[in-house]
Amino acid sequence: MFKTLAIGAAFALALGPTASLAAGGEGHIEDFAFSFEGPFGTYDQNQLQRGLQIYTQICSSCHGLQYVPLRTLGDPGGPGLPEDQVRAYAAENFSVFDPELDDDRPAKPTDHFPANTAAGAPDLSLMAKARAGFHGPYGLGINQLVHGMGGAEYIASILTGYTGEEKEEAGAVFYENTAFPGGWIAMAPPLWGEDVDFADGHSNELHHEAQDVAAFLMWTAEPKMMARKQAGFVGVLMLTVLTVLLYLTNKRLWAPVKGRKSV
Amino acid sequence: MSGIPHDHYEPKTRGEKWVESRLPIIGLMYNTLMIPTPRNLNWWWIFGIVLAFCLVLQIVTGIVLAMHYTPHVDMAFASIEHIMRNVNGGHMLRYLHANGASLFFFAVYIHIFRGLFYGSYKSPREITWIIGMLIFLAMMATGFMGYVLPWGQMSFWGATVITGLFGAIPFIGEPIQTWLLGGPAVDNATLNRFFSLHYLLPFIIAALVVVHIWAFHTTGNNNPTGVEVRRGSKAEAEKDTLPFWPYFVIKDLFALGVIMIGFWAIVGFMPNFLGHPDNYMEANPLVTPAHIVPEWYFLPFYAILRAFTSEVWVVQFASFVTGGIIDAKFFGVLAMFGAIIVLALVPWLDTSSVRSGRYRPMFRWWFYLLIIDFMVLMWLGAMPAEEPYASYALIASAYWFAYFLIILPILGVLEKPTQPPATIEDDFDAHYGESAAAADAAPAE
Repeated sequence: MFKTLAIGAAFALALGPTASLAAGGEGHIEDFAFSFEGPFGTYDQNQLQRGLQIYTQICSSCHGLQYVPLRTLGDPGGPGLPEDQVRAYAAENFSVFDPELDDDRPAKPTDHFPANTAAGAPDLSLMAKARAGFHGPYGLGINQLVHGMGGAEYIASILTGYTGEEKEEAGAVFYENTAFPGGWIAMAPPLWGEDVDFADGHSNELHHEAQDVAAFLMWTAEPKMMARKQAGFVGVLMLTVLTVLLYLTNKRLWAPVKGRKSV
Repeated sequence: MSGIPHDHYEPKTRGEKWVESRLPIIGLMYNTLMIPTPRNLNWWWIFGIVLAFCLVLQIVTGIVLAMHYTPHVDMAFASIEHIMRNVNGGHMLRYLHANGASLFFFAVYIHIFRGLFYGSYKSPREITWIIGMLIFLAMMATGFMGYVLPWGQMSFWGATVITGLFGAIPFIGEPIQTWLLGGPAVDNATLNRFFSLHYLLPFIIAALVVVHIWAFHTTGNNNPTGVEVRRGSKAEAEKDTLPFWPYFVIKDLFALGVIMIGFWAIVGFMPNFLGHPDNYMEANPLVTPAHIVPEWYFLPFYAILRAFTSEVWVVQFASFVTGGIIDAKFFGVLAMFGAIIVLALVPWLDTSSVRSGRYRPMFRWWFYLLIIDFMVLMWLGAMPAEEPYASYALIASAYWFAYFLIILPILGVLEKPTQPPATIEDDFDAHYGESAAAADAAPAE
C-alpha cells in the first residue's frame, strides 16, 4: 500500500513527463538591466527604498516577508534607513502578536516583517532566489553566467507581463501573463503604473515600479550581497597574489631539477 | 611490497630520542612528508591535495554551521535563513560549504578519471583504488544527506526519490526504506538522522583517506608513464623520484591556489549558480516540484537510474526471466549502483599489460569517449525523462557499461601498445633535459 503510494509517486515524478513544461512551456522573461548584476554590481539604495514603499503600500496586503528582520532595513548594503525611521516604519505599518502581552502590539525593529497567509499568497522573502529567469541553452544554464540567475527579472517580468485577458476555471479567476510558466496566473495584476508616489519624484510608470520592487525583493532574498561581493573581490585579489608567489617559488624550486633544456 | 628506498628519520637530540623511542610520531610524519614521489607527475596529479583541502574546508565550515543550525522540520529552513542573515559571516560560511561540496565532487571526478587514464588502479594499487571508491560512495552519501538539511523543496523531494530507491528492492525494500527514514515518509525523524550521519560520515571519510594514502605510500605513486620507480638502491630510486616536500607540496599548493581563485570567485559572485532555485522554498509534502533534479554531481548516475524504463527490452527480459521480481524500478536501481560497481571492479576488468593510457593508442579514444559519455549523462540527468532524451540516456548508459565490461577486457587482447620509456628518469629528461646536477657531473664536450 505504502509502496505503491510513496515510491510510485516518487518514481512517477522522477520518470514521468513534467506537468508545467507540458502545460505551456516557459514564460518569456525580459532581461531587465539591474544595478546589482555582475561581479561589481551593487544595490541602488534609492531604488531599494522605492521598492520598499511599493511592497509596503501594495504587496504587503497579501504577501509576507517572514524571514526578513525589520532592523535590517537600516543595515549597510540595504535600503539604509536611519534608525529612527526604521523604528517609525515598523510601528506604523505592522503589528505583531506578542505572547507575553497576549495581544497585538506595534512592530519593533527587532521583529520580523510579518508572515501573511491571508490570501494564500507565497512569502516573498526569498522569491528572487527561488525563481530562475534563465535556464538555457538546452537546460545547461550557461546563459546564467551572462545574465545572472534572473530571479529579479522573473519578478519584474511577471509584474509587467499581464495581457489583460482573464478566464474562470473551477471557480477561480486566472489572469493571462506572458512571463508565468503555463501562461495563466492566479494573482490579479497588482501594479498598473502610478500606483504610488515617490518622494524623490522618480517615475512611477509600471516598468519602473516593477523593477524597483523586484530590486527590493532581491535585497530581501540576498541582504548580504554587497558584503559577499566585496569578500569575493578581496579574496580573489589576495589569492591571486599568493598564487603568483607560489608560482615563482615553484619555478625556482624546480629549476635545478628540470635541467637546462627548458631554459 | 617494500617501499621505495629513501632516507629515514634519525632522532638527533635527546628530546627527539626520548619521544621517538616512546611514540615514533615524528618519524611517521617525516617519512610521510619526505616520501619519494615520481618526479614526472603532471598537473593531473594535483587533485589529491585539492580533495584533502576540500575535506578540511567542509569539516571546518560544517562544524561552525552546525552550531547555528536546527535539525527540526519546523525550524530547519528558518535556521538556514538565520545563518544567512544574522550569524556573523554566516552567509559566507554557508556558501563556502554548499559550493565546497561542488568543488569536492569536481575534484574527485577529475581524480577518478585521471586514475582511469593512467591505469592507477592496476596492480599493485587495487586496494588504493577500492578505498578510493569507498570514499567516493561515502562522499555521495554525505553530499546527499547534506542537501536534505536546508529542508527546501528539492531537499525534501530529493530525499523522497532517493530513499525510494531502497524501497524498490524486492520483498525487503519497504521495511528497509521505513527503517532508513524512521517512519513511513520523509519527516522529522529522517531529518534528524540525516543530520547526525552528515556530521559523522566526513570523519569516516577522513579515516578512509588516511588508509588511501597509506596504501599508495606503500606501493608508491603511479605516474604518467605507468613505469615503476626503480627500487634497487637509494641512489637509483633518487634518479626517478623527488621528496614530496618541498617539490610536490609547493607545486600542489600553487595548483590549489589557481583552483581556489576560481572557487572563491564562484562563492563571491555567483554562489547560487550550482544550486537549484526550488531549494529556496521551504519543504512542502503537499506540493511536488514540476521537475525533481539532484545536484549536478549526481546527474550522471541519476540519468543511468532513469534510463532503464519498462519499454527497454533488457528490462522486459530481466522482468520475464525473474518472474517480475526485477521490475523497471529495481532494474534502474541496480543499473545505478552497477555503474559504480563496474568502476570499482576496473582493476580486474582491464586486461592490458600496459598501465598508462599514454602508450595505448586504441584505449585512448575509447577513454575520451567515456569522458564525453559522462558529460552527456550529466546533461541528460537534468533533462525531463521524455524523448529524445530517454533514448540518448539509454545509449549513453549502455556505453558506460560497455566500456568497463566489454571494451576494457577486449582491448587488452587486441591492442598493440607502444613502448613506454625504460625509466621515469628517461621520461623526465626527455621533457626537461638532463638535470643540472647530472649535467655538471658529465661536462659537455
